[in-house]
Amino acid sequence: MIQDMKPEDIVGEYKETLLDLYGSICRVVLYTEIETPYPDGKLIVSTTDKNGVITHVNKSFIEMSGYTEEELINAPHSILRHPDMPPAAFKDLWDTVNKGEKWQGIVKNLRKDGGYYWVKATVIPNIRNGEVVSYTSVRRKPSRTRVEECIKLYPTLF
Amino acid sequence: MSYLFTVSPDFTPDHLSGWYIFNTWLQRQSESAIHLEMYNDFPSQRKAIKGDEVDLIYANPFDAAMLVREKGFLPLVKAMGVSDEAIIAVNAENPVADVAHLSPGINVAVTEDPDVTMMGMIMLEAGDLHAGNIQTNVYDTYVLVAKHLLKGDADVGIFLAEAYDDLSNMIKKQLRILVRSQISVIHHSLMIGPKLIDRRDEIQALLVAMNEDDKGKDILNSLGFKAWVKVEDEEMEFMIDLMEALAT
Repeated sequence: MIQDMKPEDIVGEYKETLLDLYGSICRVVLYTEIETPYPDGKLIVSTTDKNGVITHVNKSFIEMSGYTEEELINAPHSILRHPDMPPAAFKDLWDTVNKGEKWQGIVKNLRKDGGYYWVKATVIPNIRNGEVVSYTSVRRKPSRTRVEECIKLYPTLF
Repeated sequence: MSYLFTVSPDFTPDHLSGWYIFNTWLQRQSESAIHLEMYNDFPSQRKAIKGDEVDLIYANPFDAAMLVREKGFLPLVKAMGVSDEAIIAVNAENPVADVAHLSPGINVAVTEDPDVTMMGMIMLEAGDLHAGNIQTNVYDTYVLVAKHLLKGDADVGIFLAEAYDDLSNMIKKQLRILVRSQISVIHHSLMIGPKLIDRRDEIQALLVAMNEDDKGKDILNSLGFKAWVKVEDEEMEFMIDLMEALAT
């Protein structure tokens, strides 16, 4: 289950919005203009079940998201959804991995403290005995040029 | 019947004799005839794998997908606490302080180690560099990669972190690390092929217990390892998925 963001967790001045995550689930998100730079040399890795519920995170995921491991496990991956990300990007992601294919994209992720970080995300279906059983997402440092392109492009996709 | 054991050609030369001693130990413990074949390069080793000549392999993670999915290999063990990490380094006099400041067209010195080169290229990608806009030169050893950085005919070198750390202090003083990967989950694995698969549990148990006596410990030391730890099938599948995710 996903909880609304709490003002006491936020660092700095923030805006508030209601984010339609999926189905009928909405979340109050609080977000700031503070960027956390992606750490050099690290990969953020997580695994979700077929419904997008987090089952595994690595240390870098915990550090960059600002959540504890306990808060992340069993939470929907959309706990990282930033209001600046166009829903079309995530529809494309799910359409692609549901076909058993790899998806890549530049994503702005939301931190627990309301800040954000950009990643180059790759999501692949984990196929065991011919069936998709889960999804693994690997995030790496994106090039600044790609990020700048997305800063211009994403507002046009709403 | 004799089986064939081979080691990923990116092994450290200092450990060559260690692998022969390990193979002798393995033959005695398993009471099987096992021939150790050290291939000089990845293409010749892959040719042997494709030809179903290999029964045991200390494999580079880059080859794990092919071994598991095309050749029916399964994981046995990995070296305890050892993971493959990469370093991007430049000549110490190079004013560049960040990968983001490197320019297209640079000369990048690499070895044939496929996983290290892949990790290095991922780190260069953050600077908008990719195979299409850099010049890659492949050298036989990391010492040669370092030498070409020192001579100035390579702008950037991609190193296995362990190999970089083992360079002499004199060389390291003249180089500078731009990025060191901290991936942790990419590692070499000792893997077993179809002809020996029925003996997987037995051989795995022998290897896991290897550090329990002095003789076994000495042999592990000669390979630069402390102990072998079991690799579960799902751990291997996860690493294969990860390598696939990183390959593009």
